[in-house]
Amino acid sequence: MFYRESGDFKTSYRADQQTFPLKLDRWVVWLFIAFAFLVVPFLINDYWEKSVLLPVLVWSMAALGLNILTGYCGQVSLGTGGFMAVGAYASYKLTTAMPELNLFIVIILSGGITAMVGVLFGLPSLRIKGFYLAVATLASQFFLVWLFNKVPWFYNYSASGQITAPERTILGVIVSGPNAPPWATYLFCLTLVVILAIVARNLTRGRIGRSWMAIRDMDIAAEIIGVPPLAAKLSAFAVSSFYVGVAGAMFFMIYLGAAEPTEAFGIDKSFLVLFMIIIGGLGSIVGSFIGATFLILLPVLLKNILVGGFGWPTDLVAHLILMIIGGLIMFFLIVEPHGLTQLWRITKEKLRLWPFPH
Amino acid sequence: MKYIKLLFTTGVTLIFLAISTMASAELVFPSLSYRTGPYAPNGIQFADGYEDYFTLLNERDGGIGGEPIKVIECETGYNTEKGVECYESTKGQGALVYQPLSTGITYQLIPKVTADDIPMHSMGYGRTSAANGKVFSHVFNYPGTYWDAASIIIKYVSDQEGGDLNGKKIALVYHNSAYGKEPIRTLEELSKKHGYELVLLAVDHPGQEQKSQWLQIRRDRPDYVLMWGWGVMNQVAIQEAANIRYPMDKFIGVWWSASENDVLPAGDSANGYKAIAMHGVGDDFPIYEDMRKHVLDAGKAAGDGSNLGTVLYNRGMYAAMLAAEAAKTAQEIHDTRALTPSQMRDGMEALKIDQARMAELGLPNFGPEINVTCENHGGPGLGAIQQWDAGAKQWSLITDFTGADREIVDALIMEDSDAYAAENNITPRDCG
Repeated sequence: MFYRESGDFKTSYRADQQTFPLKLDRWVVWLFIAFAFLVVPFLINDYWEKSVLLPVLVWSMAALGLNILTGYCGQVSLGTGGFMAVGAYASYKLTTAMPELNLFIVIILSGGITAMVGVLFGLPSLRIKGFYLAVATLASQFFLVWLFNKVPWFYNYSASGQITAPERTILGVIVSGPNAPPWATYLFCLTLVVILAIVARNLTRGRIGRSWMAIRDMDIAAEIIGVPPLAAKLSAFAVSSFYVGVAGAMFFMIYLGAAEPTEAFGIDKSFLVLFMIIIGGLGSIVGSFIGATFLILLPVLLKNILVGGFGWPTDLVAHLILMIIGGLIMFFLIVEPHGLTQLWRITKEKLRLWPFPH
Repeated sequence: MKYIKLLFTTGVTLIFLAISTMASAELVFPSLSYRTGPYAPNGIQFADGYEDYFTLLNERDGGIGGEPIKVIECETGYNTEKGVECYESTKGQGALVYQPLSTGITYQLIPKVTADDIPMHSMGYGRTSAANGKVFSHVFNYPGTYWDAASIIIKYVSDQEGGDLNGKKIALVYHNSAYGKEPIRTLEELSKKHGYELVLLAVDHPGQEQKSQWLQIRRDRPDYVLMWGWGVMNQVAIQEAANIRYPMDKFIGVWWSASENDVLPAGDSANGYKAIAMHGVGDDFPIYEDMRKHVLDAGKAAGDGSNLGTVLYNRGMYAAMLAAEAAKTAQEIHDTRALTPSQMRDGMEALKIDQARMAELGLPNFGPEINVTCENHGGPGLGAIQQWDAGAKQWSLITDFTGADREIVDALIMEDSDAYAAENNITPRDCG
């Protein structure tokens, strides 16, 4: 009824293989993107920017990155926080060394630097698998955070070890620092996320993505049919770290504006991103967005309702939020182990058949 | 669809909140507190003191200058991201001054409050060089800074050693964050001047694991150990020091490692532990009569009322008192009852509190006299040494309030604030 395939004829392979084969789907997505680009910037204020939209965009980007590595290539990583730190510190060093460099380029370059670091820490994945790889990446998490704490060069010898994002403009509009208007930072992050999400979607549909999935599903079989594990695994680490690095750079330059390694990029951040993709859906681009939105917005929402709406004590609410979110995570994983994106898929399927399910 | 619905509910709630606050003309003091997480034991006491003092003013005097006070509490968990969320969600409600009680959040908010024209008071924490009011127009850290504290402690240690620290070894056990790293520069400068050797021992958040640091102390046997700790780290450090039988009277904490719940878990072995204090200790002040009568017995206390007279409760109360006095000053300057954050800033910059006023407020000799100026946002920078008596379970001041080595501290403040100004293209204000 709602999702009608009848009458939607494809006359070329290209049309048949596109990301959204259904006309209605395409319309909804285009409307959503148009709304995000053309309407939201006029409505946004500081609160929506700093507490809702920017965190969702930044963490979606990080989840996207980890999903490529874990969801598509099957390599478990607990080093996301450390790689985000690499992105953040790379962007800080680049932009303080070359103030005139466009921030867009700075952030992409930071992603590139993180990709190189990611490949370095991905090397053990060629020999070790599963939980053991998780432990190896955990080491990278602790090593990187320790490094940024220990070597003063990374934080330009500031007395407190903090890094602060300087003010930078793009096309004459301030996008980083305290004076940046909310719509500018939002549009900047949105553009990056949308472009990189489209890239990710197409990467995973192509040759590289298929080699990742082959490795994930059974690495020995993949090797036998001619998928090189070295190239597949390392490219997954590189691409994933690139996304995570961009997320880290956005997290520091645009969203927070100041950071210190231990707190901003600690081990809890690695787990947070891992939970996002597990709840959102492993091996799904939409799942990264849904998972990030779920884990970032739910606490804010509950806080607003319980403290702002009901006036409950803040400490009680803080504990309640932990319990409610924990409970919901368990609930969703029991009801739908493949994540929220699977729920969405089932809903679509049902809508397609409605009102005659048989 | 579920999300859209939920988001819609949030939106409605927010709009409702915005309307409900617009209607009232109150003095809004946000309290970015933390009552959960590894720093809660310290955060709760401060938050209770902060809130109770404002409740007292509302109940006893009907607010400040006849204008009622509203405290908005927001839980940060000592986490910077939640702190930013709290700042953004409360600033639209007319917040007059922010006191985040976290150096990390302070660093985060310094550029933001300056851009939004809202003052911030980081009392004895935050960025030390914010004491230079020419560069940091909206940030205040009176009555003293970390560097004052470090310098006063070294001065005290030097007095203990007969004025000569040559060849002595002093260790600093610090929280591995912006907070803990703050005093290092000053201690290094001072070590050049006094000739002691500085050993740095970092403890990572949250600070429960300190075995290796104390093993190193046991091996190196430094003559003194200083501590820049917070939350659960303090308790663990004092317990570890007791375990290796480090002499407690040579173990000196900053004013954030100086509360009852830091020393109580170690029991009798914490006896003799010292720390620097920025204000008086105990509940032997006239204000507590009013506090018990109007707040506690009326059932309006923020917490369970068990914290009255503890070091951090006193400090929360002190912070609220300084904010209330600044608001009163601002009302006088601008001849108005309702205040804007910008007017509040002017009040803070013109704040003067002498001992007579302190006595009037029911806190005689509680802290040093305060005289904030356009150039100096760091206050007098005085501190005294307090010592823990485990038998009586109380702190007592063992020295008078003394000043810091201004020559070294002021030079460092100028250097660091100039670097900040250069980095952020700030032209220092002309203070006339």
